Amino acid sequence: MSRLLEVDGLDVHYGAVKAVDGLSFGVDRGRTLGLVGESGCGKSTTGYAILQLVRPSAGRVLFDGADLCRLDTASLRRLRRKLQIIFQDAHASLNPRLPVGDLVGEALDIHGLFPGAARAGRIRELLDLVGLAGHLIERYPHELSGGQAQRVAICRALAVEPELIVCDEPVSALDVSIQAQIVNLLQDLQQRLGLAYIFISHDLSVVRHMSDEVAVMYLGKIVELAGKERIYAAPAHPYTRSLLSAVPVPDPDLEAKRQRIILKGDLPDPAHPPSGCRFRTRCPIAIERCAAGDPPPQPLAAGHWAKCIRLSEGS
Amino acid sequence: MPLLSVRNLTTRFATDRGVVRAVSGVSFDLEEGEVLGLVGESGSGKSVTALSIMRLVPEPPGRVTADAIEFDGLDLMRLSEAEAREIRGARMAMVFQDPMRSLNPVLTIGRQTTEVLRRHQKLDGKAARRRAIELLEMVGIPMAERRLGAYPHQFSGGMRQRVMIAMALSCNPRLLIADEATTALDVTIQAQIIDLVKRLQRDRGTAVIWISHDLGVVAGLCDRVNVMYAGTVVESGPIRRLFHRPGHGYTVGLMGSTPRVDGAAAHRLTPIEGLPPNLIDPITLCPFLPRCRVAVAACHERPPAPRQFAAGHWAACFADLVR
Amino acid sequence: MSTASPSPAAPYRIPSSLALAARQFPRHRLALVGFVCLLAICLAAALAPWVAPYDPVQIKLGSKLKPPSWEHWLGTDHFGRDVFSRLIWGGRTSLSVGALVVAFAFTIGVPLGLASGYFGGRVDNLLMRLVDAFLTFPPLLLAVALVGLLGPDIQNVMLAIGLVQAPILARVVRGSTLAVREDVYVTAARALGARPTRIVLSHILRNVMSPIVVQLTVVFAAAVIAEASLSFLGFGTQPPQPSWGRDMSEARRFLADAPWMFMAPTGIIMLCVLSINFLGDGLRDALDPRAWRTRRRLADGEG
Repeated sequence: MSRLLEVDGLDVHYGAVKAVDGLSFGVDRGRTLGLVGESGCGKSTTGYAILQLVRPSAGRVLFDGADLCRLDTASLRRLRRKLQIIFQDAHASLNPRLPVGDLVGEALDIHGLFPGAARAGRIRELLDLVGLAGHLIERYPHELSGGQAQRVAICRALAVEPELIVCDEPVSALDVSIQAQIVNLLQDLQQRLGLAYIFISHDLSVVRHMSDEVAVMYLGKIVELAGKERIYAAPAHPYTRSLLSAVPVPDPDLEAKRQRIILKGDLPDPAHPPSGCRFRTRCPIAIERCAAGDPPPQPLAAGHWAKCIRLSEGS
Repeated sequence: MPLLSVRNLTTRFATDRGVVRAVSGVSFDLEEGEVLGLVGESGSGKSVTALSIMRLVPEPPGRVTADAIEFDGLDLMRLSEAEAREIRGARMAMVFQDPMRSLNPVLTIGRQTTEVLRRHQKLDGKAARRRAIELLEMVGIPMAERRLGAYPHQFSGGMRQRVMIAMALSCNPRLLIADEATTALDVTIQAQIIDLVKRLQRDRGTAVIWISHDLGVVAGLCDRVNVMYAGTVVESGPIRRLFHRPGHGYTVGLMGSTPRVDGAAAHRLTPIEGLPPNLIDPITLCPFLPRCRVAVAACHERPPAPRQFAAGHWAACFADLVR
Repeated sequence: MSTASPSPAAPYRIPSSLALAARQFPRHRLALVGFVCLLAICLAAALAPWVAPYDPVQIKLGSKLKPPSWEHWLGTDHFGRDVFSRLIWGGRTSLSVGALVVAFAFTIGVPLGLASGYFGGRVDNLLMRLVDAFLTFPPLLLAVALVGLLGPDIQNVMLAIGLVQAPILARVVRGSTLAVREDVYVTAARALGARPTRIVLSHILRNVMSPIVVQLTVVFAAAVIAEASLSFLGFGTQPPQPSWGRDMSEARRFLADAPWMFMAPTGIIMLCVLSINFLGDGLRDALDPRAWRTRRRLADGEG
């Protein structure tokens, strides 16, 4: 399997706030990397930085071998076709003054795809692909339901024939039943078109459902990364463990038996993160040595690592 | 006698497009110390049900009718606005989804927490302050005394929700209504809040109505669930029965749509196709019929009446889902 | 009301959003009224030699300060000139000053505001300091200085007023642009690889049209008044050439004896400004799909 995207040492710093700090990960063609974490962990900023919608302070983003951070404007604009994004608030991501046909058509126009007579037919084809009825072509965003708006956004992203789509909380604002429709759509599209996804979400249940690999972020850093089955079955980092234990399961019997690891306190101020391991102020197993320095990644199995010094104690 | 008894509650709103029946004919009982879940998607009427009970629906444009809403020996429908105000915050309290907007940004936390105590419990300044510190400590706010002078924006979302809960509990209410109280919070913070609510409910015997779209939260917290759709309760039952032997097409659909963190769900979700009905149009048959996967012939002929499956478990559904 | 939606068999045409907007405009009743009024006033001014019953500059001292009558619909002024005829001829000056100033302010102010707001940084700093510098002068004084410098010609008056109004518009546009620039759909367009020109023209400009339209109606009114003040100070149109503003300010001396002299030009200016306001409202609504009266059912089924 070939690496489509390789992120290496990615930093996004706003003054003292290290929103994203030294991220490294990769995504294979046709696969999904889930990026989970709570609000303020920098997962959305990571998505934006990959697409160069915010400029990274340091690091490399290699797409098909080309470093997006170092491309000139024109080359980057051409490459944007290959990397697309959909947002949490689908309605806000659609210009309220344009009808659906123009919203999708514009994506074609920007890259000179299907010009002239072929344009209208292609738009119809694309709407069909995401399961939208053709008559919606004349509708404006405010006339669409949440699910329909997200389908239009997906449709627009697909219009430029991308290889990777960053999905930034794409179903978080939707009702459960509609959420399932969109999740299924994204999975179908991946199968049919061989898309790779970076699936950003705070919802660990949806991420489990969507992803092949999962990276867990806390205060700008990835604390653990592993294949899906592995990370949900054998989470290693204390943060991942507490996160997973906190997610409710829709089964009263299981819920009654579950042991929650309740974390102390709140997220620290991102402008003044704790020294050493950033999680140590809330960590149930923190020791003095955790304050000493940034913990290095501990390899635990093939493709599984976690940044916690207590994992090497042979417990 | 139940603590709260709601009979045939109907709430309508006049809009420029017509009358929206947000809640139609909802009836249920809540026992003392019981935790009842109200589950449903946006527009299902779960929040409006709670607001109607609290007498917080603005009239007009709203219009609340009911055969009876009895709470703690009082008929809530017959109360004047002043009397309702006396009961709200004292005997029944509510916590909302957005703790930022439910707190006044220009008043200190101390001022807002003591105000309730002064009004309902007639405590003087010093006593109210002492009690406020006690309450904040009880909900897990460290260094509560020092934080009384802080403003809401200096608190995180989780902390603000704790303050809201502290305020809601300040007069030892017999009923606490939480409307999507943890939806805006991160899961680790949600776990803290749920833990807190469970503890308070156990220690004080407070009855809770927990409104949520999240089946997982409800499964872990509630004794009984009402599933709402299009302004009606379509199924009601004890938590274990309802989750293991759901009796309504919508409940089944909801569960099939929910991905699970424990991976027990099927590889592919089975979404509910289509959209909820427009509540302006009159609904004559089962409101879920256009989206239902298990509809039978009778569904197209007449509206379903509630069918009892076991003690306290019923659903308004013709399909034989529970055997 | 249902809008025509193509039958499934019909080939897919996408009506342009401008065509859809044009379909909307006539549904706005007040806008239509404004449009008709303005059109009538413009036509009268354009056809003044044929419409005006009298020569607007001919002095007839024998019939000065006559109240409205069948002969003189709006009475006469202190030189015995027909007020109605002066109104029609004066429209030529005032309307063209208004229209040209609006056009000038639009072509200078809008691109300036858009560029400043969208690109931000140094461009913004430079442009906005320039605008600030302009705005520190009292507008009338600035116009007087410019006309003094360039000569008291009507074109120079327009230029002067335009130069005063353009920065104000630029500032309004910049403010709105700053807000819209952060909208998610702008980020989405960037992610698609849209060039800045496309982003600004097809996304930002469309969404800042409402404040622009509102501001332009203000500019028009301000231009008519400014022309009056400049004329009054002897910089604009020279007497006896009629102009609404000029006639209005002259009439102040006869307010007690001949109120019609004052009311006529004031009334017409108010009518113009009102018409333009209604027109502006209509345009704004026509350009905003959310304000359209066609109410289609939201969402008939997901997919």
